[in-house]
Amino acid sequence: MRRVVSLYLPTWPTDRIRRKFESPPPDKPLVTVRTTGSRRIIASACQAARQCGLIEGMPVAQAQALVPDLHVMDADPEGEAKSLLELAKWAIRFSPVVALDSPDGIWIDIAGVEHLFGGEEALLKTLIARLEINGIRACAAIADVPGAAWAVARYGKGGIIPPGRAVDAVSCLPVQALRLSPPTIGAMHRLGVERIGQLAAMPRAPMVRRFGREASLRLDQALGHAAEPISPIIPEETTVATRIFAEPIARLEDLKLVVRQLSEEVCRTLVKKGQGVRRLDIVFRRVDEKGAALRAGTAKATRDHAHLAKLFDDRLETIDPGFGIEEVVLIASRTEPLDATQMVARGLDEAEEEADISRLVDRLAARVGVDRVYRLAPVETLVPERMAAKVPALSPPARSAWPDGLPRPTRLLDPPEGIITTALLPDYPPAAFIWRRVRYKVIKADGPERITSEWWLGDQHRMLRDYYRLETDKGARFWVFRDAPLSEGGRWWMHGFFA
Amino acid sequence: MGARREVIEDLRRQIDRRHGGSPSRKSLPFGIMPIDRHLPTKGLALGALHEVIEHGPASEFAGTATLFTAGILARLKGPVLWCLTRRDLFSPGLLQAGPHPNRVIYAETSRDGEILPLIEEGLHEKGLGAVVGEVTKLGLTASRRLQLAAEASGVTALLIRRWWTLAQKDLTGLPTAALTRWRITPAVSESMPADGLGRARWQVDLMRCRGAEPCSWIVEACDAQGRLALPSDLAHGPHPAQVRKPAAG
Repeated sequence: MRRVVSLYLPTWPTDRIRRKFESPPPDKPLVTVRTTGSRRIIASACQAARQCGLIEGMPVAQAQALVPDLHVMDADPEGEAKSLLELAKWAIRFSPVVALDSPDGIWIDIAGVEHLFGGEEALLKTLIARLEINGIRACAAIADVPGAAWAVARYGKGGIIPPGRAVDAVSCLPVQALRLSPPTIGAMHRLGVERIGQLAAMPRAPMVRRFGREASLRLDQALGHAAEPISPIIPEETTVATRIFAEPIARLEDLKLVVRQLSEEVCRTLVKKGQGVRRLDIVFRRVDEKGAALRAGTAKATRDHAHLAKLFDDRLETIDPGFGIEEVVLIASRTEPLDATQMVARGLDEAEEEADISRLVDRLAARVGVDRVYRLAPVETLVPERMAAKVPALSPPARSAWPDGLPRPTRLLDPPEGIITTALLPDYPPAAFIWRRVRYKVIKADGPERITSEWWLGDQHRMLRDYYRLETDKGARFWVFRDAPLSEGGRWWMHGFFA
Repeated sequence: MGARREVIEDLRRQIDRRHGGSPSRKSLPFGIMPIDRHLPTKGLALGALHEVIEHGPASEFAGTATLFTAGILARLKGPVLWCLTRRDLFSPGLLQAGPHPNRVIYAETSRDGEILPLIEEGLHEKGLGAVVGEVTKLGLTASRRLQLAAEASGVTALLIRRWWTLAQKDLTGLPTAALTRWRITPAVSESMPADGLGRARWQVDLMRCRGAEPCSWIVEACDAQGRLALPSDLAHGPHPAQVRKPAAG
């Protein structure tokens, strides 16, 4: 299945200027200006300028009359296109299939890679947040139809359109969302056709006669009736291996074979360049112009072609070949220098543990995402919830360790759950407690062990807990705590389970 | 008596060969005579699939099954892959009986169905000491795949069978291709002369075992090296192997 992000940068020319010259400040209105004939008109306006009522196409003189302290820059279409290409190259970190949607947008086909970012929603959020940190306003939509994503990103609210719901998403949008020329839009408006849904409801033949073939094609593209290929940009310096088939292939075995051959080819090129792969992308182009892509990362730079091919083996099953695949491209989209000597050393010492583990880590990461394969390293704190920190699976071994000697449970409830206790004396360990509506009778107890937050965190994070180990009459052992002495309104909490 | 035992051993070896398993399967002794003597492989068979079932819903008794597993890991060499779906594992506690944190790599997924491929991926990696998987559902076919992968690579697979509802508990009773199935239940510990808790005590139930009867023992929990022990006050009492229970599940 296809999932396409349409990224829309509404104020790209002005955002670009601000990023380049670090002026004027974001709250000062800024416009770019182009010349048509003898008139100088606004080519694009920043957010602040728009709020002052300046719009594209307005004469500069009029704009300056409205906003006296207006910053004016000359529009630079070539420079804008060039920077957009740079931005598109940056977006390759999300998916290998990235294409320009000039002048103010980017396509990203995320089918098969969204799980690496924790799902579509998380991917969208990351994408927009990254751009906004860099001062670029962005809006994006994901749909299974590129045209629908385009329309919703620009004329809708953006966000995620579930698979198969493209028609619902676009039918109430204005006809401008169809990527048509202004005269066609004007003709539609004259006939009272305002919404895409209205247009779609018209009989097709008269509609084509009236508005032209383009209207019909764009409508079909927005509704998902016509294919719309996205041809990915590939930066020139990237190592790529391509196979084009005279006879399209569809069998899984053939795909595997091709992937193996291509990874050999890529590795041969990398040897010449003295590089190793950190991220590998594979793009399939189908006969019906729909594409699919897979992505895999490696924890260490590598040129082991058998290992690289294996990273895709299981996931090739998820590729739907349709009527056949006619082109396969393997892209080493991120590489690192890798010395030839290092390679030899590893090849000799096949049994070396670390090398083996790095391959396993890669294969696991290809399945669940890099951040979900990790080790836990000790953190210098006494607060149980914060004692372990995730570190990359291949990071150097931690030197410190958790203090042993103090009994700690093997399972922790985070957050702790409140329990109702009865005690023989105030501030004594409980004689019985109720947790999750079950009553437990305590026959032995150990404690208290006082755990406080670090004093350097200050009073706001002050925390004081008295931990007890309890054994019930059945032998089950629990770790409970009271968060303050009874006189200060302490409550009891269930926190962990011992053996 | 001795002659009969030899004949049985010989037959066992023949059966093993028929099944394609190596006749001399490597094993990890528990270091407790009654248990090791009971198991056909004289310990926990390595390069095979084992299940450890939690005795209780939620996490209530998860600590015992987890620590039992960690104790086995502590006595195995090499890195360990731990596949999990819920983040309730407390690694500082694991360290007390288990492997050093530098040895353990965690792979996390949010869905139960994704965990079995992760475990299988780990079992293909010869350099690993063991793979631990926390699973709720485990079908016969899936367990056979894992068992074959473990046999081929020699990596031991330990599956902690977790369950939260009674319906899920029934799932843990279904047959699988695992070589052994254990259930670890907390037992009342020895009373100490002073206040406080001594070493924890478990009832270890061998619920299923290829080539041996189900059996139960009372043992003392893992120590810092992951070793179990026989309770001193029971060691001279009735023979623990006689505390036999009918096959459950």
